[in-house]
Amino acid sequence: MTGIAVSTTINGDTIEYLCQPDETLLDVLRDRLGLTGAKEGCGTGDCGACSVIVDDRLVCSCLVLGAEAEGRRIETVEGMAHGDQLHTLQQKFLEHAALQCGICTPGFLIAAKDLLAKNPDPSEEEIRFGLAGNLCRCTGYDKIVRAVQDAAHVMKGA
Amino acid sequence: MRYIRPLSIEDAVGQLAGSAGMAAILAGGSDLLVRMKGGFVEPDLIIDIKSIAGLGEIRETAEGFSIGAAVPCAVLGENAALKKAWPGVVEAAKLIGSKQVQGRCTIVGNLCNASPAADSVPALVAAGARAVVAGPSGKRTIPVEAVPTAPGRTSLAKGEIIEAILLDSQAPHSGDAYLRFIPRTEMDIAVVSAGVNLTIDAAGVITAARVALGAAAPTVLLVAEAAEALIGRKLDEAALERLAKVCAGACRPIDDKRGTIEFRRKVAGVLARRAATTAYARAGGK
Repeated sequence: MTGIAVSTTINGDTIEYLCQPDETLLDVLRDRLGLTGAKEGCGTGDCGACSVIVDDRLVCSCLVLGAEAEGRRIETVEGMAHGDQLHTLQQKFLEHAALQCGICTPGFLIAAKDLLAKNPDPSEEEIRFGLAGNLCRCTGYDKIVRAVQDAAHVMKGA
Repeated sequence: MRYIRPLSIEDAVGQLAGSAGMAAILAGGSDLLVRMKGGFVEPDLIIDIKSIAGLGEIRETAEGFSIGAAVPCAVLGENAALKKAWPGVVEAAKLIGSKQVQGRCTIVGNLCNASPAADSVPALVAAGARAVVAGPSGKRTIPVEAVPTAPGRTSLAKGEIIEAILLDSQAPHSGDAYLRFIPRTEMDIAVVSAGVNLTIDAAGVITAARVALGAAAPTVLLVAEAAEALIGRKLDEAALERLAKVCAGACRPIDDKRGTIEFRRKVAGVLARRAATTAYARAGGK
């Protein structure tokens, strides 16, 4: 098939793919690379379910073209755990039952990872503002905030 | 559809000018990709300007700041010098969308999208910002308020690209501020908004002012009479009252699901008052 040849780094691995000019990074991740952690909630940058980190910036992968990934460094939820060892945030989301249906969870995990990388000791308000680009229709957010607070506490001590 | 990533502004202008069908500039994509997804536009050519040298930088120049067209709004908030000089502009840019959108959206995109409710535009107009336009016949610099001509329309000719926004160094004893009204606490579109930039003398008398209103007319309004209501006075209750009245009168808003004409007029005045109060305090006025 023809397409734009893209060479990029995803979760530390060099990845090459062909994509069409109108294909989003979310389409590429899910449909071409089998990385289905990022979800399409709205497809218009409102819900954050497709959040990934590109060159240390949290973005909605539905608002990035696959072609734009050339030469970039992308982090997705699939890169958070090390083998069977869950990332602290993942572990704390489980312990605090910070999810119900789970559609928003990969986006929340990536957004929380980005938040704690930039602000290891956030206040509750900073967590709520920092995660405001991620929508959850199940939890009411409180358990998510508690999980992130607990993870921040553990990660600081690590 | 074709996607290209030119390395120079000349190449980008040439590609844009020479394109037969519909061509779109891609910087952050937070408007373009949404419109593509919704089926409102189907570009034949997408010109990604992020690989053009300099467009991703904020430069401090002899005159002030040059903000490249591909600089995400999040980066504006991380630039201490810009934040110190133009806190109102940075606040306005930081109000656009979520953290995810902040990592992508740009003030030039906000301007060229030409929404009457664009948050960064009234703040830029109040600050007297200018746009550097690159086109087939060279470069020109125009005031920001000369860019939008109607909702979704700009004065840019075929082949023209805004490559940067210029902000002068802030004059001594000056301050700017931007406020908008939304029914939520964040991540919403302005129902109405106001940007104020003013300069005071040693006695606290306002010597220069610019007042701009957003979502109050088809395009951003630079309200000369509002500036006149401030210049030559201290920011006392009488001056604030007059400012609010003039701003309410200058609005030409619409009724829509987000607000009525009456509400927008009233709130435009209230926001102008509050923004002026903040700008005055930032200028060192008491």
